[in-house]
Amino acid sequence: MNNEYKPKEVKEPLFDRIFKPQVITLENGHSTIRKRSRLPLILILLVAVLIWALQMTEFRFSTITRNFPKLLDIFLKLFQPDTSFFPKVIKPLVDTIKMSILGTVIGCALALPVAVLSSSNIVHNKAVISFCRFILALIRTLPTLVIALVCALIFSLGTFAGTLAIAIFTFGIVAKMLYESIETIDMGPFEAMEALGANKFQAFWSACVPQILPVYLSHCLYCFEMNVRASAILGYVGAGGLGITINERIGWRDYNGLGTVLLTLFVVVLMIEFTSEYLRKKLS
Amino acid sequence: MEKNKFEKVEQAVESKLTVLEMYQRAPKRWLLYTGIVLLLAVLVGWSGSDVNFTGLTATGTEVAKGIISGITHPDMGLMLGTSATDVPYLILQTIAIAVLGTVFGAILAIPFAFLAAENIMPKPIAYLFRAVILMIRTIPSLVWALMWIRVTGPGAACGVITQSVCSIGMISKMYITAIEDLDTRILESLDAMGCTPFQKIRYGVIPQLVASFISTTIYRFDINLKDATTLGIVGAGGIGASLVQCLNSRRWSMVGSFIWGLMVLVLIIEYASTRIRSKLARG
Repeated sequence: MNNEYKPKEVKEPLFDRIFKPQVITLENGHSTIRKRSRLPLILILLVAVLIWALQMTEFRFSTITRNFPKLLDIFLKLFQPDTSFFPKVIKPLVDTIKMSILGTVIGCALALPVAVLSSSNIVHNKAVISFCRFILALIRTLPTLVIALVCALIFSLGTFAGTLAIAIFTFGIVAKMLYESIETIDMGPFEAMEALGANKFQAFWSACVPQILPVYLSHCLYCFEMNVRASAILGYVGAGGLGITINERIGWRDYNGLGTVLLTLFVVVLMIEFTSEYLRKKLS
Repeated sequence: MEKNKFEKVEQAVESKLTVLEMYQRAPKRWLLYTGIVLLLAVLVGWSGSDVNFTGLTATGTEVAKGIISGITHPDMGLMLGTSATDVPYLILQTIAIAVLGTVFGAILAIPFAFLAAENIMPKPIAYLFRAVILMIRTIPSLVWALMWIRVTGPGAACGVITQSVCSIGMISKMYITAIEDLDTRILESLDAMGCTPFQKIRYGVIPQLVASFISTTIYRFDINLKDATTLGIVGAGGIGASLVQCLNSRRWSMVGSFIWGLMVLVLIIEYASTRIRSKLARG
């Protein structure tokens, strides 16, 4: 047998073969190589892509500078919220929060079994794993607004369509985040329990669930945060909540009223974010 | 606290308990769990009271059937055509919107991030800029689009400017974390070597920040692309506008081809962005 050590040949990337690395000879006679910087190539590519994109979108800085006073006008009105409009904001706001709570709970509840089924350290059947992951990936590609629109077309306008859309969206995201975390848990306790004679379910329940539960809850809270923001605009396609009010205000060019809506939303989102961040810190 | 726990464990080991006794001594969390379950039940009950199921619309089942038949029988002419209303062109336009929006947003976010970093700016100024960033983040992107549409008029340009502004919020938040984690000892040693401020920035600051900045930007590109597909609903260009029009006018085979285009686009971009970011993280 030939035991001679052969260094593995590293194939140089195409770039290094075209632009040969610079050889620097040090004072002590050793020489070292410095690869040519890839920065110019990346910059050229980036500039080319940017020029193509500018042509594709017909974006002109001049339009923006010319019409900027209009936006300034809107902004000035936004910062003078119309307080008399406030009572009309509360009902849709509560609707929005209710939609996101119910949607998040349903989505998270559905996500748990699917996430377990698609984590490779618990289920060893490749077909089940790839099927579940494929479904999750498909769900995540669809924008929430499109899901909401389809739901509104199927189940009449209103909060039910919004709740369903949020549930589907939450399901896709939480299940993905969860199976990624389940794959990093310590499987030692699980094997130990199986060795002691527990069946698969018992071992999973007492060895894996305590590790998964805090992560799961923290993902759910994070998703709830996102959902409050997202559900504020679902009304735009007729799925109930604050979006209807926002759409109405913009339609009537009542920017003072819009200011009130956005200010309320801002305060509520801030409060929810603080609470959820506090709870998530406690969980970890 | 930690020491106390350790002593307790030691005591438990010394007293040589049987497994059953150990088990009975396990911390009792049932009160906490019941509390959480009760709270959840109350919340669900409260929110469920207003979300009432009113049944399908008159055309509900027809819509559902239409969408399924559209996805299984997409309009191939639309899917592979090359004119400005076909799927490939609209996908390219969506990508163009996301590219420009991300690049502009990433550039605009740099001054915001430095102004809001606590280790560079005095605290009051940093907090002021943090509040501004938070406000930018809270306004939903659709609302931004509806406001910018008054400036640019409908079209892809509106999508670009909307995404540039919306991206500032998240990108600068991630930049701030990177800036606040800067290793200042490197700057001190460069100082000791007698470097000029410019050299300090070139060799002390940029190498530390560039990888995380690029990683953030690519991540945001991923998000922006998904967002660009929905901005079309308010008339800001991209694939979303056509998808919604077809949905509303119930042309199912066209809906199917747009949904296929959307799925392929998002899956490819998600895969590519994950690959590049994991490569950047490994160095």
